[in-house]
Amino acid sequence: MSLLTWVDLVYLLAAIGFILALKGLSSPKFARQGNMLGAGAATLAIAMTFTIPSVRHAGSRLILMVVAMIIGTAIAVPAARRVKMTAMPQMVAIFNGVGGGAAALVSMTAFLILTSHDSFTGKPAVYKIVEVILGILIGCVSFSGSAIAFIKLQELITGRPITYPAQQVINAFVGIAIVGLAVATILTANVALLVVMSVLALVLGVIFVLPIGGADVPVLISLLNSFTGLAVAASGFSLGNNLLIIAGTLVGASGILLTRMMSKAMGRSLANVLFSAFGSVVTASGGADGAGADARPVKVGTPEDIGVLMAYARKVVIIPGYGLAVAQAQHTARELADLLTERGVEVFYAIHPVAGRMPGHMNVLLAEANVPYDELKEMDEANPELATADVALVVGANDTVNPAANNTPGSPIYGMPIIHADLAQHIVFLKRSMRPGFAGIDNELLYDPKTTMLFGDAKDTLTKLVAAVKSA
Amino acid sequence: MTVGIIELLTIFVLAAFVGNEVVSKVPSILHTPLMSGTNAIHGIILVGTMAILGQAQGDVQTILGFLAVLLATLNVVGGFVVTDRMLEMFKAKPSDRPAKSAGTPEEPGQGGATS
Repeated sequence: MSLLTWVDLVYLLAAIGFILALKGLSSPKFARQGNMLGAGAATLAIAMTFTIPSVRHAGSRLILMVVAMIIGTAIAVPAARRVKMTAMPQMVAIFNGVGGGAAALVSMTAFLILTSHDSFTGKPAVYKIVEVILGILIGCVSFSGSAIAFIKLQELITGRPITYPAQQVINAFVGIAIVGLAVATILTANVALLVVMSVLALVLGVIFVLPIGGADVPVLISLLNSFTGLAVAASGFSLGNNLLIIAGTLVGASGILLTRMMSKAMGRSLANVLFSAFGSVVTASGGADGAGADARPVKVGTPEDIGVLMAYARKVVIIPGYGLAVAQAQHTARELADLLTERGVEVFYAIHPVAGRMPGHMNVLLAEANVPYDELKEMDEANPELATADVALVVGANDTVNPAANNTPGSPIYGMPIIHADLAQHIVFLKRSMRPGFAGIDNELLYDPKTTMLFGDAKDTLTKLVAAVKSA
Repeated sequence: MTVGIIELLTIFVLAAFVGNEVVSKVPSILHTPLMSGTNAIHGIILVGTMAILGQAQGDVQTILGFLAVLLATLNVVGGFVVTDRMLEMFKAKPSDRPAKSAGTPEEPGQGGATS
């Protein structure tokens, strides 16, 4: 067998490794081994790539290659080791963006090599150019889109949808220009046209993500992840590399599936999630309501009152949100839950599918605090229980319990399934302030007569509640 | 490595079905590790960037190839490390721990880890 056949064979093994790695994720028990298997498969494929003659005999470029890999590893390992679990979505967004960027660069360079080859006469086959265009287009959108998603998640810019005049016209113009340039590139194989198209694709990624509201970012990250997968697959077509096609397509398909599951969890279509900010100015009126509502009275309780309320309750449901994560209060929440359980109170956590900043984020955070699985209940499982709950303790959550999702048709979150904290006998909000949540809309539940507010950092207020329950 | 477009398309379509099938069985509790794990898997573009840098001619192609290798390394290494860190936490199953009654004494250690 020739060396290249061996390479392809090892690539096939690596592809099987990736499929098994994804399969491992079906249960928490085998997930970690699965991931290790995936990492092993990747290492094997990379090692084998060094034996390909064009890589092995690349001379100074081989040295550059190793240098780039060393620099990349030196940056990635500490970044991945140190990132806080709360900042995980940003981290995934960055790693996803650079992957998309790499795929776009591969497609671009593959095109340059193709057209600058000594033996090159005339124009490459149309399908070759189409593969390159797809790789660049999807890769660039994923790169710049992920960058904006990162900036939004890091709260360097507002999480609210960003709209500007003539947005639809500008977007349509960029879209049409890209299609026009793509067609022109296919006809002429001109490198300059392709470069202009790449720049416009980067612009498209930015203007595509800007109008997407913060609450919808979990769906967005999932979609961008899928884009990078497809860009990698397109690069695989250009290079005739089976492994890239299989790995990229696996990710593309799984990302699209996850994106659809997420939109369903928000009770909206994917199109609605991505494009709802266009043309509708409901968010602005929501903001105005919020400003006016600040004057309305809310009931503020003391930790002692709330501690007694919970200590003598039969059933307490803890509804965690991103505020709990920001305050790193997951450990204190568990302490409170354990204390209540010891007193014979039934306690469980009700987790909204989009609580946090990415799909399943809250589960990771509570797992970090060693909260046992059987105390975590999915929304559908938790909602029937809330009507019989004595206390719904909402810790740093807001949008996921906002009844506006059910009863205010104009609201940006209208139609999103919520956790029905409003059904409980008493509702306790642990919140920093009256500020609205990530979606930027006011919550009527805060003014409900059944609701008691306890303002402050989630960790501080929970610590006070622990003390209050102990002495109750 | 000169394979016809139809063969490549066949692989693409079959992989799409496999991806859909495998991922539909992942429980929502593992959705974050799933995203992070798939994110790491598409980092295998590193293999493609290596091939490209190997064939590059001239400064422009070499610079683009170098950047591509760098970005892809960030993706694949960071992706797998971050996913491993997450999944490590999931290994603690409720039955493995001597139940919640022992929860309070371990709290100081837990608190230290948060800062």
